[in-house]
Amino acid sequence: MINRRRSAVGLLSVLAALNMFGAPPAVADEPKSKEPPKVELVLDDSGSMRTADIEGHSRISVAQQSFDEVVDALPEQTQLGIRVLGSTYPGDDKTVGCRDTQQISPVGPVDKTEAKTAIATLRPTGWTPIGLALRDAAKDLGTGDTTRRIVLITDGEDDCAPPDPCDVARELAAQGTHLVVDTLGLTLDDKVRRQLTCIASATGGTYTAVQSQNQLTGRLNQLVDRANDTYQETPSQVSGADGCAAAPILAPGVYTDRERFAEHRWYRVPVRPGQELRASVSMSLDRALNPDYGLLLRATAGDGRELVRGTDAGSGRTDVVSTGLRWSDPQAADEATPTPMPTPAPSASAASGPNTVCLVVSNSFSAPAGVQTTPGMPLELTVDVVPSSAAPHGPDLGRGWALLAVLTVAGLLAGLVTGWLARWRIAVWKEN
Amino acid sequence: MRAKRVAALSAAGAVLLLTAGPAAADGSPSPSPSGTVSTAGSSFLTATTVRPGQTAKLSGSTGDYLYWSFAAAAGQTDRVEVTLTLPPASSRHGSATWTVEAFDGLRRRQACTAGAQTVTAATGDTTVSLGCALRQVRSWAESWSGDPLPGTYYLRLSATDLPEQDLGLPIQAELRISARNGDAQPDGASLKAPLSPPVNPGSTLAPDDAAASAAPSAAASAPRPVERAKGWFASLSTRWLWTVGGGVLAAVAGVAGYRLTRHPRRWFSAAR
Repeated sequence: MINRRRSAVGLLSVLAALNMFGAPPAVADEPKSKEPPKVELVLDDSGSMRTADIEGHSRISVAQQSFDEVVDALPEQTQLGIRVLGSTYPGDDKTVGCRDTQQISPVGPVDKTEAKTAIATLRPTGWTPIGLALRDAAKDLGTGDTTRRIVLITDGEDDCAPPDPCDVARELAAQGTHLVVDTLGLTLDDKVRRQLTCIASATGGTYTAVQSQNQLTGRLNQLVDRANDTYQETPSQVSGADGCAAAPILAPGVYTDRERFAEHRWYRVPVRPGQELRASVSMSLDRALNPDYGLLLRATAGDGRELVRGTDAGSGRTDVVSTGLRWSDPQAADEATPTPMPTPAPSASAASGPNTVCLVVSNSFSAPAGVQTTPGMPLELTVDVVPSSAAPHGPDLGRGWALLAVLTVAGLLAGLVTGWLARWRIAVWKEN
Repeated sequence: MRAKRVAALSAAGAVLLLTAGPAAADGSPSPSPSGTVSTAGSSFLTATTVRPGQTAKLSGSTGDYLYWSFAAAAGQTDRVEVTLTLPPASSRHGSATWTVEAFDGLRRRQACTAGAQTVTAATGDTTVSLGCALRQVRSWAESWSGDPLPGTYYLRLSATDLPEQDLGLPIQAELRISARNGDAQPDGASLKAPLSPPVNPGSTLAPDDAAASAAPSAAASAPRPVERAKGWFASLSTRWLWTVGGGVLAAVAGVAGYRLTRHPRRWFSAAR
């Protein structure tokens, strides 16, 4: 237990540790400057918004009041746009009424007075083309590095389908720009709720049933703030292959992809000896699914030998299922000469080069009949390669009462033996 | 006689040293930073960072998935407490099941050692209390194991089962994370890089490029913990105190044993 030879090393490491204490704790690096968060509010201005059922006020006046407050409290850097639907055409012609959506305030730095005037002049009028409004709102927000948020406020279901707004939401989500649609329903109607929850879950957004002025204002502010607080760079798009040999090679970072039911998606990551691979995968449940499901992430060597796996399963309502894994070459950790694994992948031919580890994502999701299976479900893959950590040696020091007893008894015996030896030597010396 | 006194003193000193050691290792609750967080993320990537000791309090909707993240260092044992204020009973249609789940930096599910992780609220309940005590964070684990390691931890609060009509109703959620520090196991081991995943978008490499790039870890990452749960004495583990104490006891016992052989009569007559 006690290794006296190493005590000097121990002391040195104590000193080193004390020295390290002076250094500030590691923190995440500051993000570099990037484009401002972008949000578009999409307000239903159809005829039904005249109904006065929120604390005695009409739905549109409640929405207008809340919009005013949100515009007042808008964080400085947030770029906000406002789009309305069903606000100009009062007639009965469906083809005209279903094209009725306008942007009344463009996405950009907000002129507060102008935006408020535009909101104040709105009068509930026409049809409810939600699908089209969502499509146009996505266009207004454009493409870029950051997440885009659409906040949809409506009191009625879309009466212009096709396109079905939920399909539109799924299609927008599949386009690659990271787009989130948060929905707010101004009524407790069953059909409206189902449509809005479908839109929200298809894009990873939220649904709120609004029942009071305060709730609407609070929620709107929260959603706009959320865009401001948590907006980040969009994960980069990647398309996994159906085998290891042709799989894309990934550097550390976050990726998105889509995976259908019973599909396998392959990726490759170069891992040098002495490095550790870390990977995690999340699949979003963006449609109606059967209640029991699972997700499997496996790392295999180039020849198909499984190295490690991560798995998670669940049942019931959830937004994402996720799992992860770590792997490092055990031979490299032993500090022996690294023997590269047989990798048929063309990239890893050099003897001193990195091993290519294949990652394969598979799922056991299933859906009731009638649910669309394409495009696949959104998949988020995080890959990291870090220095691997060697297995620790046994501790150099001891602990516990047994240790004390052993040392004390050993000391006592040593003392007794020394004493007796001394007596015996004196006796022998006296005799001579 | 004087030698005896010295021996007794040094033995007492050793005992003092030893009792002080384990007591220090038991750890105390970490200092609580002030401030309340009033947001929550809606996915792993957008999780709001909360420090242990801080409170997160916000209003949301019943169907929301609320995400928070915190950094945990080796030796830390974290405890999560959540109090939920449910929507008024008049607007609810049945019982709802609420769950708080914990994940590590690799988004692997982490077990709760204690606490009501899942609670089903009856229609009449106004509040729900959830809790989860996580396992103590280890300083090192084999890469094939799922043991908790230093790095980022994620929390997700959600309704896992509720009537469809009850979606979107207002709730209030309050989250509190408390941390206790202790000796990290295994002793003397450490993880070179905490389990804090990168958050920057990745880039695919060309096949020829793959060998050239040494693939350094991504710059931006989820919250990283401090090196160790405790500052000063983490590396000076209690094993030092036990071992030094044992050495002192052994020396005292050795002197005592030696003296016993020199003047046995004095010892035994004194005992009588």
